[in-house]
Amino acid sequence: MNRDPLSPSEAVRWYEDVAVGDRLGPLTRETSRLQLAVYTAASRDISLIHLDPELARASGLPDVIVQGSLKAAFLASLATAFAGEYGTVRRLTVQYRGVDVPGTPVVAHGVVERLDPERGFVECRVWLESAAGDEATRGSASIELPRRPLTQAGDGARPNG
Amino acid sequence: MRRDTDHVRANLNCEPKPFTARIETGDLLRYAQAVGASEPWFSNEQAARASRYGTLIAAPTYLITMRVLLTQSLADAGYTRPLPNSVDGGSEWEYLEPIRPGDTITGTARIVDYIERETSLGPALFQVIDITFRNQFDQIVVRERDTWIFYP
Repeated sequence: MNRDPLSPSEAVRWYEDVAVGDRLGPLTRETSRLQLAVYTAASRDISLIHLDPELARASGLPDVIVQGSLKAAFLASLATAFAGEYGTVRRLTVQYRGVDVPGTPVVAHGVVERLDPERGFVECRVWLESAAGDEATRGSASIELPRRPLTQAGDGARPNG
Repeated sequence: MRRDTDHVRANLNCEPKPFTARIETGDLLRYAQAVGASEPWFSNEQAARASRYGTLIAAPTYLITMRVLLTQSLADAGYTRPLPNSVDGGSEWEYLEPIRPGDTITGTARIVDYIERETSLGPALFQVIDITFRNQFDQIVVRERDTWIFYP
């Protein structure tokens, strides 16, 4: 089921409120050439296959390609939005099984696949969907959520710390 | 692609020196803006003070900014690319402590494996590298494993 997104700064997502099958996102992100350049500057991860089309094609690629780490950052945003202020992304894995060229948006999705009540962890499958419907970027996220206090009476409660 | 070459063996045996960076507020904000990490504790210094963190913290993939230091450290240790071209194959991150402005983060890295595989780019060599990041209190903040795909 697709629950209403929580505003991380205003709401708490309690571990007890999450169920297997709950969805993360969707979260749409643009992938323009300008963004690849901005990301290169911010990440200091400089590789010309993300900036120079001729060099990218000479390397066997169809065009400049979206940085893998930028796609990972999109999936990280999906996970942090789900975690909210009082949750913590504990683990993120990402595999890039294909390349993405800029110019079309990608959409980050996720689904809760398993709950770990001992640790309060929510185990999610996450992926990026391209405009063509490919899901070449796939991974997982482990998100630690706060426990609902036993004495909580209203919606205004916040976890300690 | 052969993994049992002198070249590959030399890379597996190379010992890159630790690499260090100080975490600056402006760098955290610039990175958060570039990736669209919009939660206030990543993207708004003033609002972050009112969050449970009390300060800005780094967005989850921020330590990518230290990759350039890793590359230099590898080169200084004698590492050479096993094949001319490469793309990012994927990463795994384990997050143990938040990273804040003023922290000094030190990474230590080691190439742990090479795997031969067929890919859409042809026969390729997958290079696996483990990186551990510690803060100035010697706490491990992030454990990372990266896979790079090298092809002719």
